[in-house]
Amino acid sequence: MKISSAMPATIDFSQDHFELFGLPKGFAVDAARLDQRFHELQREVHPDRFATASDSEKRLSMQRATRLNEAYRTLKSPLHRARYMVELAGLDAGMETNTAMPAAFLAEQMEWREALEEAADSSALDGLERKLSQELKLRYAAIEAEFDRGDHTAAVASLRQLMFLEKLRDDIADAQEAMEH
Amino acid sequence: MALLQISEPGESPAPHERRIAIGIDLGTTNSLVATVRNSIAGVLNGEDGHALLPSIVRYLPGGEVHVGYAAQAEQARDPRNTVISVKRFMGRGLKDVAYPENSPYDFVDAPGMVQLRTAAGVKSPVEVSAEILRVLRQRAERALLGGSNSELYGAVITVPAYFDEAQRQATKDAAKLAGLNVMRLLNEPTAAAIAYGLDNAAEGVYAVFDLGGGTFDVSILRLTRGVFEVLATGGDSALGGDDFDHRLFCWVIEKAKLAPLSPEDTRLLLAHARQVKEHLSAHAEAHFHARLASGETVNLVVTQEDFWDMTRTLVAKTLGPTKKALRDAKLTAGDVKGVVMVGGATRMPHVQRAVGELFGQDPLNNLDPDKVVALGAAIQANALAGNRSSEEDWLLLDVIPLSLGIETMGGLVEKIIPRNSTIPYARAQEFTTFKDGQSAMAVHVVQGERELVSDCRSLARFELRGLPPMAAGAARIRVTFQVDADGLLSVSAREQSSGVEAAVAVKPSYGLADDEITRMLKDSFEHAKGDVHVRALREQQVEAERMREAVAAALASDADLLSAEERADVDQALAELGAAAAGSDHRVVKAAIEKANRVTGPFAERRMDRSIKRGLTGKSLEKI
Repeated sequence: MKISSAMPATIDFSQDHFELFGLPKGFAVDAARLDQRFHELQREVHPDRFATASDSEKRLSMQRATRLNEAYRTLKSPLHRARYMVELAGLDAGMETNTAMPAAFLAEQMEWREALEEAADSSALDGLERKLSQELKLRYAAIEAEFDRGDHTAAVASLRQLMFLEKLRDDIADAQEAMEH
Repeated sequence: MALLQISEPGESPAPHERRIAIGIDLGTTNSLVATVRNSIAGVLNGEDGHALLPSIVRYLPGGEVHVGYAAQAEQARDPRNTVISVKRFMGRGLKDVAYPENSPYDFVDAPGMVQLRTAAGVKSPVEVSAEILRVLRQRAERALLGGSNSELYGAVITVPAYFDEAQRQATKDAAKLAGLNVMRLLNEPTAAAIAYGLDNAAEGVYAVFDLGGGTFDVSILRLTRGVFEVLATGGDSALGGDDFDHRLFCWVIEKAKLAPLSPEDTRLLLAHARQVKEHLSAHAEAHFHARLASGETVNLVVTQEDFWDMTRTLVAKTLGPTKKALRDAKLTAGDVKGVVMVGGATRMPHVQRAVGELFGQDPLNNLDPDKVVALGAAIQANALAGNRSSEEDWLLLDVIPLSLGIETMGGLVEKIIPRNSTIPYARAQEFTTFKDGQSAMAVHVVQGERELVSDCRSLARFELRGLPPMAAGAARIRVTFQVDADGLLSVSAREQSSGVEAAVAVKPSYGLADDEITRMLKDSFEHAKGDVHVRALREQQVEAERMREAVAAALASDADLLSAEERADVDQALAELGAAAAGSDHRVVKAAIEKANRVTGPFAERRMDRSIKRGLTGKSLEKI
């Protein structure tokens, strides 16, 4: 590994996240390749490499490392990745607006929420988390297929439901934490 | 490996360009300083030969300050002026202080950070910490610079990973006050992981369990071909070995039915509790024996079971954050390849056992839990100073421990940067106005995981003014958070249509204002002058004593060389020297030494002659 004092031209701020890591644009991401590229690029731009550099080099290094961290975090998480792909396609996922959801999905949500409220101990929460993980796996497989065939309307609908389910996963984790205290 | 080093340009400086950098572990109980020499990290010992410097500072009337063992020795006699575990007060208000009723200090509830009234005046925890750092800086300068004119290039100071912005800022301020150039604040468990990982060429997921004197951290890291990536961190910045001492102390008071204690007796029993706790790490039982100021004695037997029982809940308090860190890293205990134990408090067998049970494997204890953090800091300092060689090509990717957000309507928190985000990091979010024609928006920056602002820590407030009149909800105000590589935050806000902007580098509400730092710096310069004076006096006193002893020895063997008059002069010079040495002016002592030297000069010459004659007549010459 060569460390030169000049900034490598590896971070182009006009590139999208996929281009930045040299990955094909698609929902399925090669996680090992993503990790490897992320590490390679951080080795070149991270502020720790510029601790003795000029202030402008330091600032540039921080901006580049910040850009990398943001891109990596987005592509690493399937939910963030899906949302990002919807944005890249020029669509508004409408996260903030309160558009109606299918009645069947809402009924399902009620059931999950009831199960969460009734979970009396840590192992019940673990069980719920496992069940939810299975559900999420199926739904991510579905959204991958939707992206692959370019059906962005379907992908947006799936994404909106995934947001609910990921929030549920966070709430299960919070309940676990509350139980540990 | 250090015999022949060939480096590429810009990679590793030639030896004469090498920048001298140090790593400091500023601990609750003990502090250390380390550096990298010839590619090997090592801890620097003090003049007393100890690597550990007890983090204890005693203020004497008149401004003299004792740090370390000297302060420790007097802690039970002078508890009010002897500050222990000051790290627990860093960036904290009086309401945050645990069991103030058992603290001997005279607390001053200053805005921002609690302060302590001592014999040398009111001191902020930042100033107390700076005293510790100053001793370590001097230790490093003596060891690394010798008498040369060069300077320390910079320092990496470790902080608990779970320290918030206020505690980090306070630590940075203390270092500045001690005259150190802080290159980076480094999280303690991360420092330990660097030292462990590089030493063992470790690969895979590791947990670092760091239970120190006053803080608890747990970090989950992935080590991949020289990249140390922190996946998640958790902890409790007010849980440590001190709390175990305190439990035992309370148990003793109850068992021995002691009346309310004086500050002196409190400190005495707490110090005993700590010794008994340490003894119980290796023995089935210990005797708690102490004599109080009243003459009353405390005599109890404490078994390991008793101790484990009374501290069970404290051990349990470490497991919650550990499980949470695993969840945040989206891993289970089974994914963890090794658990590195750091901090003196991890020596307790029941802590070891609880951690072993949680991870389903014996924790790793093949490194010194007291030193590993300082060594990691030294390695990072060396790399940041640009001294790394090509075989030391590793990289650290660390995270922020706590979420950062802003207050929204109803006292709720909107998180902008979630905890465990890899730093540096930035994120923007849009907000809007609440009222028609609203011309200003207050931005209140908070840190913490809770939903309510009142449960989080307030970091900064600023206002975005001059918004053009718009209907409620029409303005688009973009708030951007940027966290740098030290984990410190700056925030800016911009109204998108009008371009109105406001920004603030976050100086936590608990941090110190710049003028306060200036005042302390000034105080410390004056104090430094005092230090120089005290040291000069000590040196002259030692010299005077050495001289008195030498002359006394000479008189004992060769007094016959002096006439009665000469003898009277010598005796007088010695008496004057004794009087001067008992005083407090080093210049007077020096003058008396010079006079004694002059008066005893002829005597010394005659003794020299006599020795030479003895040597010529074949007698052995031992001393002149």
